[in-house]
Amino acid sequence: MRFKDVFSIIGPSMVGPSSSHTAGAVRIGRAARRIFGAFPEEAEIIFYGSFAETYRGHGTDLAVVGGLMDYDTDDMRIRSSIELAEAAGMKLTFKTAQNVAFHPNTVMLKLKDGQREDTIAGASIGGGSVEMLRVNGFDVKFTMNYPVLLVFHDDVPGMVAHIARILEGGGVNIAYMDVDRKGRGGDAITVVESDEVVPASLIAHIEGLESVRRVVFADLTSKEGQS
Amino acid sequence: MKFSTLQQIIEMCSADQVTIGELMLREQVRETGKSREETFKQMKDYYAIMKEAVHRGIHEPVPSRSGLTGGDAVRVHEFMTSGVPALGEEACTALAYALSVSEVNASMGRIVATPTAGSCGIIPGVFVSTQQRYGWDDDDMVMGLFSAGAIGYVIANNSFISGAEGGCQAEVGSAIGMAAGALTELRGGTPEQAVHAVGLALKNSLGLICDPVGGLVEIPCIVRNGFGAVTALAASDMAMAGVRSVIPSDEVIDVMLEVGTAMPSKHRETAKGGLAQTPTGKKILRDLYGKDGKRVREKGAKQ
Repeated sequence: MRFKDVFSIIGPSMVGPSSSHTAGAVRIGRAARRIFGAFPEEAEIIFYGSFAETYRGHGTDLAVVGGLMDYDTDDMRIRSSIELAEAAGMKLTFKTAQNVAFHPNTVMLKLKDGQREDTIAGASIGGGSVEMLRVNGFDVKFTMNYPVLLVFHDDVPGMVAHIARILEGGGVNIAYMDVDRKGRGGDAITVVESDEVVPASLIAHIEGLESVRRVVFADLTSKEGQS
Repeated sequence: MKFSTLQQIIEMCSADQVTIGELMLREQVRETGKSREETFKQMKDYYAIMKEAVHRGIHEPVPSRSGLTGGDAVRVHEFMTSGVPALGEEACTALAYALSVSEVNASMGRIVATPTAGSCGIIPGVFVSTQQRYGWDDDDMVMGLFSAGAIGYVIANNSFISGAEGGCQAEVGSAIGMAAGALTELRGGTPEQAVHAVGLALKNSLGLICDPVGGLVEIPCIVRNGFGAVTALAASDMAMAGVRSVIPSDEVIDVMLEVGTAMPSKHRETAKGGLAQTPTGKKILRDLYGKDGKRVREKGAKQ
């Protein structure tokens, strides 16, 4: 099921004019900001499909940048987010591109600061609901309707079991899980959407595992009132 | 959720002797683990935002960010009070309210996506006008929103609710079906009658393309919300009178998927066809963005 609950149909509360081109775009931007984990000093924003054709009219540019500023979908500052982001020191570049493999409403975000660079893509599938599609070259699938844990690790036996055991030990139930790798024995990612917020102690435990390179926890559920 | 079709909703309602709204609320609580009170309150907060948007555009014009639209809700509302609307006062009120919410949306004001922002006027237009008419309280309307949500959940998961995927039938069409079904239940119709209202309504919007002029959620979106609210009232009246959707509503949803999938990309929210590519539509686009594609006009951007 692409839509999980009643509030993905009635809702979100949002600033207009388009749930897919404005609210969904805010959520993709905000998901990327949370995954990146900091204020991005540089953001390259690439629109695909219908986003590329109509992003200005729908304020999709304002919406994505609002998300990068960590605003919620009904934050009235979205209307002037580009101005506010630039004043805060975010260097913004907007581009359009074609990729027939992508959903018609897709945006790719390249976020940078002095330490890190993340490339994150998401699609807005309607009514403000989103599907995150790519993180740093990995194919992923998660919705931000649940707290999400992204574990970057080496492709070694038992990694999924290790992560699952740690979460089980902390009483965290796995709702959905997704694994991708760039090649046998190479870089891999495990994505876990959970029913509960993953406590910092469990995240630290996973970070401490051999073969784990980076752990990201992102949660848009509590503040947004999404299920 | 334990249901994925409208037929299953009817069966579950019948087994538990509950309304569609009550079934949706229970399923939501079960699925999310949140309390019934918290879940109900969130929907009630959404209804308050809908009412605010209904009233905002009725007496004072709300210009869109582009300056292209705004003020139609005021026009219709004034005409209704000074003239003799062909629709009658009740349906004309639903029309004016739906236009108001859609105008607030186009101004980048605050609305609730029902199921989308492009179609955000229909459910508030129908709900707020019928609440006044029938004297229902807010809690009744909140249960109505759960009912609309259950119908939308089935449509969204078996077909689509975004114009980019399935055209306007997926947005405005879905909203009309949701409003028609929920209103039928609020009026005391059975779950079967509510589901017939959904099918009757959806059949009337099959094939509707998404062709926003200038890529903006304004022309023709705002007036389609007004029409949508009136159509939902008509579908509900038919269902209450005992009119049935001979093609079962679940099958009509499948047709929406078939038609939307076959729809060319130019008619799915890319502004590359339909009204957007008429001589006037193209002129509006040029006026808005100029040759270099930069925003050249930005009226009503301040609030």
